Amino acid sequence: MSLLEIKNLTAKLAEEDKQILNGLNLTVEKGQVAAIMGPNGSGKSTLSYVLAGREDYEVTGGEALLDGENILELDPDERAAKGLFLAFQYPIEIPGVGQMTFLKAAINAQRRKNGLDEIATPEFIKLVNGRAKELGISQDMLRRSVNVGFSGGEKKRNEILQMALLQPKLAILDETDSGLDIDALKIVADGVNAMRSPDRGFVVITHYQRLLDYIKPDVVHVLSAGRIIKTGGPELALELEAKGYADIVGKAA
Amino acid sequence: MPAVQETVEQVRAIDVDQYKYGFSTEIEMELAPKGLSEDIVRYISARKNEPAWMLEWRLDAYRRWLTMREPEWARVDYPQIDFQDMYYYAAPKSNAAPQSLDEIDPAILETYKKLGIPLREQEILAGVAPEKRIAVDAVFDSVSVVTTFKEELRKSGVIFCSISEALQEHPELVRQYIGSVVPTTDNFYATLNAAVFSDGSFVYIPPDVRCPMELSTYFRINEQKTGQFERTLIIADKGSYVSYLEGCTAPMRDENQLHAAVVELIAHDDAEIKYSTVQNWFPGDAEGKGGIYNFVTKRGDCRGARSKISWTQVETGSAITWKYPSCILRGDDSQGEFYSIAVSNGAQQVDSGTKMIHLGKNTRSRIISKGISAGRSQNTYRGLVSAHRRATNAKNFTNCDSLLIGNACGAHTVPYIESKTASAVFEHEATTSKVSEDQMFYCMQRGLTQEEAIALIVNGFVKDVLQQLPMEFMVEAQKLIAISLEGSVG
Repeated sequence: MSLLEIKNLTAKLAEEDKQILNGLNLTVEKGQVAAIMGPNGSGKSTLSYVLAGREDYEVTGGEALLDGENILELDPDERAAKGLFLAFQYPIEIPGVGQMTFLKAAINAQRRKNGLDEIATPEFIKLVNGRAKELGISQDMLRRSVNVGFSGGEKKRNEILQMALLQPKLAILDETDSGLDIDALKIVADGVNAMRSPDRGFVVITHYQRLLDYIKPDVVHVLSAGRIIKTGGPELALELEAKGYADIVGKAA
Repeated sequence: MPAVQETVEQVRAIDVDQYKYGFSTEIEMELAPKGLSEDIVRYISARKNEPAWMLEWRLDAYRRWLTMREPEWARVDYPQIDFQDMYYYAAPKSNAAPQSLDEIDPAILETYKKLGIPLREQEILAGVAPEKRIAVDAVFDSVSVVTTFKEELRKSGVIFCSISEALQEHPELVRQYIGSVVPTTDNFYATLNAAVFSDGSFVYIPPDVRCPMELSTYFRINEQKTGQFERTLIIADKGSYVSYLEGCTAPMRDENQLHAAVVELIAHDDAEIKYSTVQNWFPGDAEGKGGIYNFVTKRGDCRGARSKISWTQVETGSAITWKYPSCILRGDDSQGEFYSIAVSNGAQQVDSGTKMIHLGKNTRSRIISKGISAGRSQNTYRGLVSAHRRATNAKNFTNCDSLLIGNACGAHTVPYIESKTASAVFEHEATTSKVSEDQMFYCMQRGLTQEEAIALIVNGFVKDVLQQLPMEFMVEAQKLIAISLEGSVG
C-alpha cells in the first residue's frame, strides 16, 4: 500500500467558483521524497492546505488516502494525529504562548488521540533540547513565544523542530526554502535528511532546484493548472531549472 | 501547560450548560418586605442591631439617593431597573448568630461544598500544607454565614469578620474608616449601597503584621428577586501586608438580579494590599435572558507614604459589568496597580477599567488590561489616569489589549488622561487583535482540537495578568476563561 494516494482530486476556494485543483493524481511511497515543482498559481500551496484540511478550501471531488484511509473528511487535528505534518510557508505567530508550552501541547494532543500516555516533563525537555541543538535553535528561542520575533530562517528551523518532535508519517514542506540564505537552507535540509527513513514519506514543494541540491528527491512531479503534468527523476528538476516551466507546461497543454 | 488540557476536559464535562454554579439552594429565608423606603433601611439596621450613628449614616445616604439619577455614560444597554420590585434583605432563617458550623443549615454548607469553597477548618487543616490555608468569609445573599480561621488570625492581631460583626465588636474602627474612600455621596449605586448594604467582610491588619494566610470572601446570591449589596472594608495599618481574594457565583435565573457592592481599601505608610477578584456571576443565557447586573464601586486609598495597592480581576460572569477598581495615590511614593482580564461571550456587556489618581509626589501606577470578546458581546475598557499639580514625577504605564473571537462582538477602549504637572510621564499602549483562522489552523495542524487551540491562544493573550493572581487561583482562572469561551467558535 502506498503511503499517500491522491486520486482525481478537485478543489476550490470555498468562497470562489474557480477550481484550483483539477483532477490531481499523485502517489507517494513510504521512504520516498517526492518533489513537487510548478509555476506560480499552479496549485502547489492549495494542495498542501487541502491535504492538511484548511477550512477555506472545498474539496469538490476525488480522494486522498493516507495509509489507505481517506483523510479528506477528517478535521485537521485528526489528520495530524494520523501522522500528517505540514511545514508552513509562512509559520504563524502566537503571542504569549511559550514555545515549550506549544510543543508539549502538540505532542500530548497527538499522543492522547493515539491512545498514548502524556509525555513526562523531563523526557520532553531532553527530547526538545536534543533536537533543538541539531537545528541550531538556541535556548533563548525556546523561551520566546511561538514564532514571535523570529527571523525568516528561525521560523523555518522551528517548523523542522516541530516536525522532528512529532515524527510524522508524511511531511509536506511548503516552500520551506523561501526566504532562506544558503547556511539556513543547509541546516533545514540536514534536519530533513536526518529524518528520512523507510517508513516516512516527504512531499517537498518548491519553486527552485536549489533546495533539491540538499534534499535529494527520489521523484520529481511538475504541477500545472491543478494537475500533475509530468513525472520524472531528479534530472527533471535540473531540466526545469535550465529551460524554465514554459517549455514543459506548453508541451503538456 | 496541563491547565489547558484540564480546561478542555472541564468544558467537555459541562457540555451544554456552561455555567456549573447555576443550581439554587432550597432553604427557608427571612425576607424584608419588597421595595425600598426609609422603613426598609431602618429594618436592615435594626436586624443588625446597629449603633445609632450607623442608622443615621444609612438614612442620609438613602435621602441623597432619592435625588440622584442612574449613570448613563457607560456603554451598556439594559431596561430600566425597578428598584421597588426587589428584596433588599434576604437571610437564611436558621442563621441566628451561629457559634459553630454545626449550627449552620446543612443546605448552606452543602451549597459551599458544591461550589468548592472550604468552610470546615479541620478538613482544610487535615489535607493541605499550612501555607496553603485560606480563611474564608462566606456571604449568602444578604448575610455572612461563617468566617473561618478567625481565632487563628486573631493571634497575630488580624481582624477578619463580617462587617456586621465588626460593627458590634469594633465600631470605632468601622466608624473611622467607612465611607472615607467611597463617600456616601459618591455615585448612584454606591449611595444605594450605603443605604441598604447588608453584609460584607471587614479586615484590619495591625502595624507591621504580614497577614499569615490568604483571606477571601465568597459571595453567593441565591434568593430570587434579591439584590446583593455588600460592603467590604480593608485596612492595612503601617508596614502591614494582606492578600485578599473575592469570588462570586449565582444560580441561573431568567430574571436579572442586581449586585451593587462597595469595596474600600486603605493602605497606611509602607503597607501593601493585594486584592484579587474572580467574578463569575451568572452571565445570562445565550439570548441574553437573565444574569447579574454587576454595578460595583471599588476604590483603594494609598493614604500613607510608600504604600501600595494592587487590583487583579478576572471577570467572566454577569450580564452587565460596570466596575472600575481604582487607586487614589495620596501618599508620596505610593504605587497603584490594576491587572484585568475581562471575558465576554453571548450577549454579555462589559464596561470596566480603572482610575489612577496621582496626588502624591513620585507616585507610580501600572495598568494592564486584557479584554476578550466573543459571541455578540460588547467589551469596553474605560480608564482615567490623572496627575494633580502637586504630583511631581508621577508615572503611569497603561497597556490595553483587546482580542476578538468571531465577527459579531465588539471591543472598545476609552482612556482618559489628565496631567496638571509637567513632570508626569504617562504612557499608553493599546492593541486590538483577532484570533485568526491562521492561528487556529496552525495549532490544529499540530494536533490540537479547536477547543484546545482557543484555550491555548487565549491563555497566551492573558498570561501577563494571570501571573498576578495568587498561585492557587491561577489554574482556576485559566479554566474559567476557557469555559466562558466555550462555543465561541465553530
